[in-house]
Order: sequence, then C-alpha cells, then structure tokens
Amino acid sequence: MTILGPILLAALMIGPALIAIMSDSDYEVAIVDDTNMFYDAFSDTRNVKYTHLQTDIDSAMELMRGDKFDAVLHIPEVAFQAPSSLRLFSLKSVNFNAKSHMESVLKNEYESLKLTIAGIDPEVLMAVETRININAVRMDKDGLEKTDYPEVSMGLGFVSGLLIYMFIFLFGSQVLRGVLEEKTSRIVEIIVSSVKPFQLMMGKVIGIGLVGLTQFLIWVVLTFAIVGGVRATFPNLFQFTPTEQVHITATQSLNAEDLQRQMETVQMQNTTAGQILEGLQAINFPVMILSFLFYFIGGYLLYAALFAAIGSAVDNEADTQQFMLPVTVPLLFSIVMMQMIIQNPSGPVAFWLSIIPLTSPVIMMIRIPFGVPFMDLAISAVLLILGFIFTTWLAAKIYRTGILMYGKKIDYAELWKWIRYR
Amino acid sequence: MEYLFRAENISKAYTGHKALTNVSIHVPASGIFGLLGPNGAGKTTLIRIINQIIAPDEGFLFYGNEKLKPEHVHRIGYLPEERGLYKKMKVGEQAMYLAQLKGVPAHKSKKLLKEWFEKFDLIPWWNKKVEELSKGMAQKVQFIITVLHKPDLLIFDEPFSGFDPINVNLLKQEILKLRDEGATIIFSTHNMGSVEELCDHIALINKSEKILDGNVRDIKKEFSTNIYQLELGDLKQPIEQLLDRRFELIRSVAHNGLMTARVKIAAGTNSNELLQKVMPLANVISFMELTPSMNDIFIKTVTGKYPQESSEYEISESANDYLAE
Repeated sequence: MTILGPILLAALMIGPALIAIMSDSDYEVAIVDDTNMFYDAFSDTRNVKYTHLQTDIDSAMELMRGDKFDAVLHIPEVAFQAPSSLRLFSLKSVNFNAKSHMESVLKNEYESLKLTIAGIDPEVLMAVETRININAVRMDKDGLEKTDYPEVSMGLGFVSGLLIYMFIFLFGSQVLRGVLEEKTSRIVEIIVSSVKPFQLMMGKVIGIGLVGLTQFLIWVVLTFAIVGGVRATFPNLFQFTPTEQVHITATQSLNAEDLQRQMETVQMQNTTAGQILEGLQAINFPVMILSFLFYFIGGYLLYAALFAAIGSAVDNEADTQQFMLPVTVPLLFSIVMMQMIIQNPSGPVAFWLSIIPLTSPVIMMIRIPFGVPFMDLAISAVLLILGFIFTTWLAAKIYRTGILMYGKKIDYAELWKWIRYR
Repeated sequence: MEYLFRAENISKAYTGHKALTNVSIHVPASGIFGLLGPNGAGKTTLIRIINQIIAPDEGFLFYGNEKLKPEHVHRIGYLPEERGLYKKMKVGEQAMYLAQLKGVPAHKSKKLLKEWFEKFDLIPWWNKKVEELSKGMAQKVQFIITVLHKPDLLIFDEPFSGFDPINVNLLKQEILKLRDEGATIIFSTHNMGSVEELCDHIALINKSEKILDGNVRDIKKEFSTNIYQLELGDLKQPIEQLLDRRFELIRSVAHNGLMTARVKIAAGTNSNELLQKVMPLANVISFMELTPSMNDIFIKTVTGKYPQESSEYEISESANDYLAE
C-alpha cells in the first residue's frame, strides 16, 4: 500500500494526459458535399481529419469499405432545406466526438447562412457577442482585495474533504480490525493484565493514527515526486493537459455547443494555469494547512474511538455490520452533502454541518478554502475536541467490558448496560 | 499467618446478576492457593479484579500490607483462561514485547527468554510466526510469558485446559518448582485432581459467594467421615463379634481368605482403639482412613450431598476406588 498508493495516485494524474496522446489515432472522415457549400467549413481538429471528396457518395462508400476512411459524411443537395437528410456513414460505431464536432460546425454554418439570407451581417453578430466573466473579489477585514476563484476553492475543498473522509474510513476500520484481532486471538486479556484497557485502546488508536499520518505523508511526497519526475522527463506530455481539462469539464455538461466553443477557445484557456495559480494565492494557506491537520486528526480520533468500541463489542467481522451503520452514516452524509455545501459554503446547512462534530471534519474542510469566519472555526474546533473526548470516553466504557465478553449476542441495549457499569 | 494477598468483602454486580457477593480471600505467602468453583461461579471475575482488569463495586484489595496499586501488576503474573497470542507476530519478538510490558528491560528479557525456550525445547521456533506453532507449544510460550518477569504472585486460570498429559505434567513440575522458589500461586480450576495434588489452601466459590475456605488438610479433617478400612487375614471369629457399639460395621467382603471391612468410629473415639480391638484376633494387613476426596467435598458443599449417594454408606465412588485397589 505504501508504495503502491502513490504510484496509483500518480497514474491517476498522469493517465489522462497519456490516454489523450494515445487516443490521437486520427479519425478519418470523408466529406461528400453535393451542395458544394460546406467544404471550407471543416478544418481538421486534433483527432479528426477531414478529406473533401469530389466524387459521388457511392464511390466514397467504396473507399470507406476499402478502409481508406473511418466515416463518410454525406451532405445531399437538399441538405440546406432539410437538415435531417444529413448522413454520417461508418462501418464501426461512430466516434462521438467527431460527430459532435461535425454537428456544431454545420450548426454554425447553417446559422450564418440563415443570417446572411435574413440580411444580417455575421460580422455584426460577432461584434454583438460578448463574453462575460465576473471577477469575484473577496474583501478581507483590512479592506484588502483578493480576486476570488470559486473554482479553485471548490477543487481544494473537495480534495481535502475527500482526503479526510478516506483517511477516517481507511484507518478507522484498521482500528476496528486491530481491536477485533486482539479480541479473537484472545491475547487481549494477557495484555490488559499489564496495561489498562484504556491505555491499550488509546495506544491502538494513536498508533494507527501515526501510521496513517506517516503513510499519508509518504503518499503526498512520493506522488508529487513521481508526477514531477514524469513531467520533467516527458514535458510534451503535459502540453495538452489544459485542453484535456477543458475537454473533460465540457463533456460533463454533455452539451455539444459548449464543447465546440470550449474547444475553439483552447488558446484562451491556456491561461487557466495562471488563473489557478492566482486563485491559489487567494487561499489562506497557513489556515488551510493547520485546519486540515486539525480536522484530519480530530476527525480520525473521533471516529477511531467509535470503531474501536465496535471492534471490542463483537466477536467476528460479520457482526460489525449492525454497529457500523450508525457510525458510517454521518460520514457518508457529509460526502453526499459536499455538492450542496460547495454551492453555498456560507449557508445555514453548511454552518450547522461544519459545527456538528460528526460531520465537521469533512464539511469544514470544504468551507475553509472559501473563507470561514473565525467564530465558526473556533466553535467547530472546540466542539470537535469535546466530541472526540466524549466518543473516547464512551468507547472506553464499551471497550473494557467488550474485550472480555465472548459468545454473547450484543445489541444496543447491551451496549447501554456496559456504558452504565461502574 | 503472613498473607501475600488479601481481598476483603469484594462485591461485583452486572446488570441482572451478581458475579461476586461479599467475597474475601486470604492468600498466604509462598504456597499454592486453589480457587475452586463450578463454571460461572465468579472465579474469573475475582481473578480479573485481582489483576485490576475490572474494578469491584465494593471491597478492598491488599498486596502485602499495601493497598493494591496499578504498579503491582509488574509483580503479578497472570495466565488467563481465554488466552492467545498475536498470530502473525514472531514468537520471540512477541514474547519480548509482552515481557517489556511487564517491565522487564529488553536485553534482560531476551536472556531470560532464551533460558526458558531452551528448557521447553522452543529455541527453533524463536523466529517462527505464532500461527505455525502447535496449540501445546503456544501454551508453553504463554506460560513462559506469565512467569518470565519472576512475579511474586502467579495467577493461573484453568492452566491445564488444552494441554496433553505430558505437558500437564511438565507444567505441574514447573509450578511446583516456582512454589519451592518462594512464589505464591493462585490456581483457579474445577479439576479437583490437580487441587489435591497441588494446593495448600483453597477457597470454594459457588453462585457468587465463598462457601468454604482454609487449609486443605484442615478441610479434609473437617469433612472426614470417620470411616476406616481394614484388611484382615486369619480372622478367628466373625468380625461383627469383635465390635462393640463404638464401632459400626458398614460393609465387609471376604475374598481369597482376606476380609475387607469398613468401620465407622463413633465421634470421640480414637482410631487406635479399633486397631487394638482387632489385632489380637486377626492379622492386620492394612488399615487406613477413608477420607473424602476434594471432589467429594466440592460436590457435597455445592450441592449439599455427596455424589452417587447411597443409602448404605455415605461415601463416594472415589472412596470405593480405595477398596478396588
């Protein structure tokens, strides 16, 4: 895991760029334009190559069967009057991107032709079209302005929230398994005759937490080392990355029009990196890093104690399910709510979820890049500390009875009894 | 008498049932103290309280003259009934780790462990994982871990369960050796055979209460039935005629010219008087008191009657075994 993790993560980052290059195998499209109006409109893109055939459609089809082309676009005489007569022939399934590209090209052409017919100069229309991009400016108390890039904050919030979620789950369940192992292997009574059950439990929680932190740091360092290394070795691999990012975000909306526009404005988007950099500068990094560590550790301690309690209460892994549910639901809930919180990071839902200790580790990390009032942060932090003290106290009560209890079917009523024991 | 460990008026209740009710035990220094009782009587609860794994609801514990403190765990060695080891960890490594938990420094624990491993033929297993050991070997490792830090007080909860007879014997020898070296041993079991063999003192717990305790010899005397068994040859007249009302003949069997008889002596009568009565008229081959076994005492105390109760004579099967021999 230690070594494999960063390799996988790095692959996740490098993979798309590699795949983008590999999928460069061109999609060859032959155009048979019986109207002779649209030949000039099609220009090659990165993956799609157009060939203008001055033949009839039958010989074009023959060429396609002879493997000269992947597809044939047929624009019949009546195409302008009846756009539905447009046909794209291919032997294999049609390349979706190529099809979208052709559609948008034709759409633009149709529109400008229609405009010309209607007597509107396309130049005028171009002049009318305006690109709007509001620069969000965040004021801080001293009146200093910072350009705000919600996209950057969003990404950062998402990533840190997810990381905390993963960390809690991964190492929380490791605590559970560890406790369960000690119980089922029957070594626990030997150990608790030397150390107090509470010490053993905290030792397990803290120990695995430190292992987790170490592993996490190794991951971060190695991932960046690998990505950096690959980047230095193959600089051209990343040349196209911005384009791909545009591509990815655009295909998410699955709107061919947007796709087209975005593809065409790739050059403009080349400044994205610069924007991201500027956006990152708007983030308060000391606060970000410190609170990440705080919620990372606090959230882990809170949940790990509960996981330890579950591990101590049951006899085998299968029985953990009924107790796992109430513990995992708040965590899953935080993840489900992420989208909503990002839409409105200072709303009441965001506020309350970032205050409640069970959800605050994930939710607060989403909010922080957007800027959080100090009061919110303080309340949330204090509650999280109280929260993990409480869960640890609770877990210790269950743990000391549970580890010595075998062969008994445990339910919540039973756990409640254990909590009340002196 | 000097006590190494005392538990005074210990009570512990779990919701729904009482595990211990006002139990006091006094464990004399240097000797083997048997903690007896049927399953579920509260033995393990008491042992866990002694080990400070759980806290009593009421009562006090003393180690020597001091109140029991957390530091005392280093002077106690505990072999629980439910015992195991980390399966994936190496044997030697794990033994060293557990020894260090008991406060033995690493270099010292290694040396001590090597000696014990040597004694139990475990040296080749030092670097093996625990899961590769047989059950018996793992039990030996657990025993070593229990005694390694040379505790003054050793607590064995059902130590022989899961051992084969050879290893039971080995273990018994080691336990006796530890006693001879001055250790105090609390020995919890419901196997009465080993009690008879090993224990100097016992406490009997039933249904959360202590119902009997004391020196094993005293208890046996207390439970003595005053029945003696005689083996006589060349009997000159019927045995009934020999006896007066102080002596009650319970049973007599003639076999191969030998007469085996059991005679109950009235209270206050010396057994020598029976011998004197018989000697002139017969050749006394053997003469012994039929004492109830600890097993009989245990069952009598717990259930109120001797096992396999017979209307003819109130002695047990094991007493009959004497006859058979």
